[in-house]
Amino acid sequence: MKLESESNQLTLKDFPYIVQWKEDRCKRCGQCTSICPVGAIKPSVKMIRTVESEGMLPQPKVRVKAIHIMEQVKDMEHYCTGCAMCQFVCPNEAIEPVYNPQNRFFHFKNTSGEPYRRGGRRNDPNPSTLDRIKFTRISMLTDPALDAGRHEFRIRTYLGRLLQPHDLPLVSAGGRIEIEKKDTFIPPVREIFPVIIGSMSIGALSPPMWEGLAMGVAYLNEVEGIPVVMATGEGGVPSRLLKSRYLKYFILQIASGYFGWDEIIHSLPYMVEDPAAIEIKYGQGAKPGDGGLLMAQKVIKLIAKIRGVPEGVDLASPPTHQTKYSIEEAVAKMIQSMSMAFGFRVPVYPKISGTKTALAVLNNLARNPYAGALAIDGEDGGTGAAYNVSLDKMGHPIASNIRDCYLELVKQGKQNELPLIAGGGIGKKGNLAANTAALIMLGASAVQVGKYIMQATAGCLGDELNRCNICNTGKCPRGIATQDPKLYRRLDSEKVAERLVEVFRSCDVELKKIFAPLGRSTELPIGMSDALGSDDAHMAERLGIAYVC
Amino acid sequence: MCRLSAITSANFVSPMENIYALETMKEGHDGSGMGLVLKDLGGVFKDLKDYPILSGICNEKGKIVLDEYMKAQGFKLLYEWSPDIRPVKGITKRGHYFARVYDYPQEYKEKSHEEKETLLLFTRIILRQMGEDDGSIIVFSFYPDIVTLKEVGDPLALGEFFNLETGDLMAKIILAQGRQNTNYSINLYACHPFFIQGFATMTNGENTAFVPIRDYLKSKGFIGYSGYESDSEVFTHILHFTVKRLNIPLVYYKDIITPLKSQEIENRPDRDALILLKRSLRYLTIDGPNCVIGFTPDGTCFMVQDAKKLRPGVAGGIPGKYCLMSEVCGIDRVIRERDKTKDVYPMKYDMVIIPPGAGEILVWNQLKADFIMGYRENPINRTAGVIQ
Repeated sequence: MKLESESNQLTLKDFPYIVQWKEDRCKRCGQCTSICPVGAIKPSVKMIRTVESEGMLPQPKVRVKAIHIMEQVKDMEHYCTGCAMCQFVCPNEAIEPVYNPQNRFFHFKNTSGEPYRRGGRRNDPNPSTLDRIKFTRISMLTDPALDAGRHEFRIRTYLGRLLQPHDLPLVSAGGRIEIEKKDTFIPPVREIFPVIIGSMSIGALSPPMWEGLAMGVAYLNEVEGIPVVMATGEGGVPSRLLKSRYLKYFILQIASGYFGWDEIIHSLPYMVEDPAAIEIKYGQGAKPGDGGLLMAQKVIKLIAKIRGVPEGVDLASPPTHQTKYSIEEAVAKMIQSMSMAFGFRVPVYPKISGTKTALAVLNNLARNPYAGALAIDGEDGGTGAAYNVSLDKMGHPIASNIRDCYLELVKQGKQNELPLIAGGGIGKKGNLAANTAALIMLGASAVQVGKYIMQATAGCLGDELNRCNICNTGKCPRGIATQDPKLYRRLDSEKVAERLVEVFRSCDVELKKIFAPLGRSTELPIGMSDALGSDDAHMAERLGIAYVC
Repeated sequence: MCRLSAITSANFVSPMENIYALETMKEGHDGSGMGLVLKDLGGVFKDLKDYPILSGICNEKGKIVLDEYMKAQGFKLLYEWSPDIRPVKGITKRGHYFARVYDYPQEYKEKSHEEKETLLLFTRIILRQMGEDDGSIIVFSFYPDIVTLKEVGDPLALGEFFNLETGDLMAKIILAQGRQNTNYSINLYACHPFFIQGFATMTNGENTAFVPIRDYLKSKGFIGYSGYESDSEVFTHILHFTVKRLNIPLVYYKDIITPLKSQEIENRPDRDALILLKRSLRYLTIDGPNCVIGFTPDGTCFMVQDAKKLRPGVAGGIPGKYCLMSEVCGIDRVIRERDKTKDVYPMKYDMVIIPPGAGEILVWNQLKADFIMGYRENPINRTAGVIQ
């Protein structure tokens, strides 16, 4: 090898995952190379030269033979993502990608001057703040702990603005209260399970994934009696769902591209149920200040029809709503417009990315009688497509953001008026219920979860060591984030639905297992910060919870 | 666990009756303290009902400060009762125990009841603040026709310590709680019953939803919603908030602290209003095991349980005298001659109510939104003021 001309080439050590291949186990069936979504491995023929000697005296003979091997490609366009689909299909367990902590991926993944783009969430494998919060106020002797299996628990929350008691249009007559007949606006409110399936659009997700979630949600509501609602993300929903009775389980999202809203507006006269809520997306934790992006390869006929756009074009939503330059006026108008479109029967709330300026947004919404909630998506929120720098470096952790907002509402006496919805990184380590409970006790009325749902219901391969995370390419090897029928045929929507039901049923039980020892069952313990502790003194001080060690 | 002993009667009774009842329940309390709130007073206060009574404890320094402050505010001391303290083993005399009757400042004499109440509340809180750092002044209540006594020690020994047998101190309604708040460091401000503007409650239990409720009440901008040395104090303040500030009938106290499930509300005749109320007051939902006994300014007494009924509670008696107590042995001690089959053990949906005058015992059922005992036999009592 002439090093003079090869120095600019990459070494395997530069790559985030190095494929370990066992020659002695491989039967050369070729399944690994054919399934690899990025072409990171290829079959190759190599020449082997051996020197052998038989007999008592050295009589070296040179033998040269050609062998078939599996070879990893040293090309950044075809880097191994670590998805391990090769291992998944290998009948002989002959291959697996191994994470390489010495990699210099970010040094090189900017060919043609194009920064690295990907899906997934922030690549930080360390335990998050949420995972470092423990529940330390255990009821014992001074008050009996409750029995999660025997006592009744009410694990419900409200989505929508709640009137202050002094503003309730109530009168007492004959020892009974009744609603006074006057023109008081009573904001619409939904009673829901406190874990919302976060916004994932019908274009970002494949048909079986979206259908599976939708079926699971309907089952949870109608059979299990767990009122789970699901946010659609930008891009609308199929017309037949808009006109069905199941619409009540969905939160429709409007974002800066307004994709899908032509269909929604035209379906309004035919709707037999109102949607659960309208979410106005102003920001997303995964990529604050960035707009949405659906790559052209995902814009197939169905998606184009729902979104009201031509097929096969990139669909970029602007970073900001172009008409929304002032929260006092324009955002308030948008909330009112959306409320009006649904006859003031549907809660309308904005979603922002976690930010130091969240308090300013909160204060404006606290004064807006039509704002139904505030959703804040922390820096660990997921996405289908974003620049890596946005994912990894932009945004605000959700824990302190939600805590600050809650305490501000407490200061104003409005903690029960404007519900806070927290998102971003919930279930990152698999602790869906514990992370949910921690955020509730820090002050959230509900949480929204996306990435964990994809992982738990459909086996999404993405993780915080940048495994897979190619949702943006449309080549999702699990068939979750793709519109390619060859890929999404791998996914069984009924299995997704089944898993969703299992996830929520177990989350319901785990929440009870957390709330019961704390002595809480009758109402969601929003703001019960005395139950929380952290083994990090600074973290504890910042959140106003106990430091425990 | 605390033990509770409440008596409501058409005639004046001595707090010793409550104390003897507590003594019978002694297995359940640790004899670490006692709180007494007396309403509708007899004895030495019988003819002083229109004047506010300041109940508390002070030392010599505190007495000077208190006198100066009250004088400066224009309050005129009309009468002072002090217990004739007797030395009792195990009880340390804290200083000067007092129940002082004042006349209102001149400029308040013609003012409304509300304005007078506000003045009394402010005065009590300021006095508490003045004496809090050095413990020189402790004040429990400042209100007409109300006396409060609290101290650390066994209830029976405290009865002797305060010499309560004399008949100086009599009342028609007496709440007694037998235990200091031993879950935390001893602080008389953590001792039940708690009182605010005519409302009092005492609790047997632990309110695990204390912090969110405390934060909610404190955020309402009402100066009286302060203190909170005990998680049980919020029960009194929720009662005050419900009945006085929101003007909601007493029976809805049950709906606020232990709301029905949505499907249960569907069957209530007032469901639309109740749903709004439940949502709006979500933060006032209590949790943990709790039995709450209390009274309202008109002299109505009640007992209510947490939604799981994890604490004991029983009510019984005879027309003209009823008891609301933790255990039936307490009632046996006070009213042995009653028909025990008519004792009421309120369950999760029930609220026991005894109207002013202690004429009968009523049970309000939250699920049915009606009285399931009492008013059926005597419907005319619907006008008695309880549910108005």
